[in-house]
Amino acid sequence: MNAENENKLREIVYDVKGLNLWYGEDQALKDINMKIYQNEVTAIIGPSGCGKSTFIKTLNRMIENIPSVRTSGEILYHGENIFDKAVRVEELRTRVGMVFQKPNPFPKSIYENVVYGPKIHGIKDKRLLMEITENSLKSAALWDEVKDRLNDNAYGLSGGQQQRLCIARCLAVQPDVILMDEPTSALDPIATAKIEELIDRLKADYSISIVTHSMQQAGRISDKTAFFLMGELIEYSDTVTIFSNPLDKRTEDYITGRFG
Amino acid sequence: MFFFITASVSVITTMGIIFTLVADAYKFFLEVPLSEFFSTKLSPLSADPSFGILPLINGTLFTTLIAMLVAVPIGLTAAMYLSEFATERTRRILKPMMELLAGIPTIVYGFFAYSFVTPILMKVIPSLEPKNVLSPGIVMGIMIIPMVASLSEDAMNSVPSAMREGAYGLGATKLEVTFKVVVPAAISGIMASFVLAISRAIGETMIVAIASGSSKNFTFDITHSMQTMTAYIVEFTSGDAASGTTGYYSLYAVGLLLFAFTMIMNLIAQHISHKYKEEY
Repeated sequence: MNAENENKLREIVYDVKGLNLWYGEDQALKDINMKIYQNEVTAIIGPSGCGKSTFIKTLNRMIENIPSVRTSGEILYHGENIFDKAVRVEELRTRVGMVFQKPNPFPKSIYENVVYGPKIHGIKDKRLLMEITENSLKSAALWDEVKDRLNDNAYGLSGGQQQRLCIARCLAVQPDVILMDEPTSALDPIATAKIEELIDRLKADYSISIVTHSMQQAGRISDKTAFFLMGELIEYSDTVTIFSNPLDKRTEDYITGRFG
Repeated sequence: MFFFITASVSVITTMGIIFTLVADAYKFFLEVPLSEFFSTKLSPLSADPSFGILPLINGTLFTTLIAMLVAVPIGLTAAMYLSEFATERTRRILKPMMELLAGIPTIVYGFFAYSFVTPILMKVIPSLEPKNVLSPGIVMGIMIIPMVASLSEDAMNSVPSAMREGAYGLGATKLEVTFKVVVPAAISGIMASFVLAISRAIGETMIVAIASGSSKNFTFDITHSMQTMTAYIVEFTSGDAASGTTGYYSLYAVGLLLFAFTMIMNLIAQHISHKYKEEY
């Protein structure tokens, strides 16, 4: 109940209203209604193929890179429908950063990776870029490990470091929301723990939506959890509630490991 | 064993070619000193023949340069369009069509240069001679476009889409993703396609033999006729040089030099694709 009250004070970042999405003829998302709040970690769980990745990629319209995709409904981002013609998709993606399943740094130096975003947005001042690099890498808990080799190729880093570099790269454009699509699925437990720790720290400044395969992970890091099944949002509420007292039978079955 | 033999055929042929070239070029250099070979006076059929090869190198370099000026920008832009902007459907139709351009016999290109492009150019540049370097250079560039486009497109296409997504996720536009992510990541393949295109242009024969004439003057004026190394060989193998004469052996010297040029180009291409290989 306490959390409920807190929500009323928190600002709504995303208000998804009646979202449907099709890949060609196949409907992947069915009438999704969901609110995502500021400075919270929202976990999206569900079995493979339930539409959770599709959903998160719709939030920054990344899904539109797939040619056959069609959508209907609204996604209000701070009150503005992101499907509106007036919305520039590049601007949306600047404010809504994304971290992917597999770490995907550019084949450039660590420094070049971090400043890629600021550079395309017109920042040229060397000192400012260096400052951004330091701050972003510090926020991503990577600075101490790489500060002496910023000019080394990013591919020389370990998988976990690469993923934190991708987070730093995302932070460098000062987003408001960070979308994470199973960011730890390619990482070992220690690297995963570091990322989870990081997510917990980042939510003070950012709103984070994270797709995860691991219910334990959702339980550990999220404030709210949404359970997707076959393109539908079955249940969405406080993580504590979802894991201790789910309303829907299907949620309970999934959480207790009866399928999935 | 059978496979070994088939694989050996090309190696043995190459060695045979090198041997013939070197053996007969050696006879040439017994009669003509290197200082004369690398001079600007080429008059193989005069009473007092001179075998300066620089006019031929000059002609080859100019046609190649013009061809590259046409092929590189157009080919690269086409590759970027096909790989990053075109829909899958358009790509599937356009790419084979473009590659069809590479299947046209070069003699047809030569004829096209001489009887179609040159007259048009003459309207723009009145001082243009009927046989000149500009027209075959341009047509050669057109001929090479598919090669540059196709190889560069292959290189860009093999850049993992995760890398593009990373940039899109940061708010990059399609153009920024193309120029700042895809092209740098594919640069080794793109550079290799340029170098292979250069060696193709250097070795190209029929277009220049038909449209750039056989003037052996040492000039830098592209509206004039110049002879390339390949065109020189064509001219002399079609009957002007009797076997055993110095003129006859000069063919092998020019051939050897041509072979060296293209081989160096191919080595450079290999070196580039190793050196600039971006690991991803």
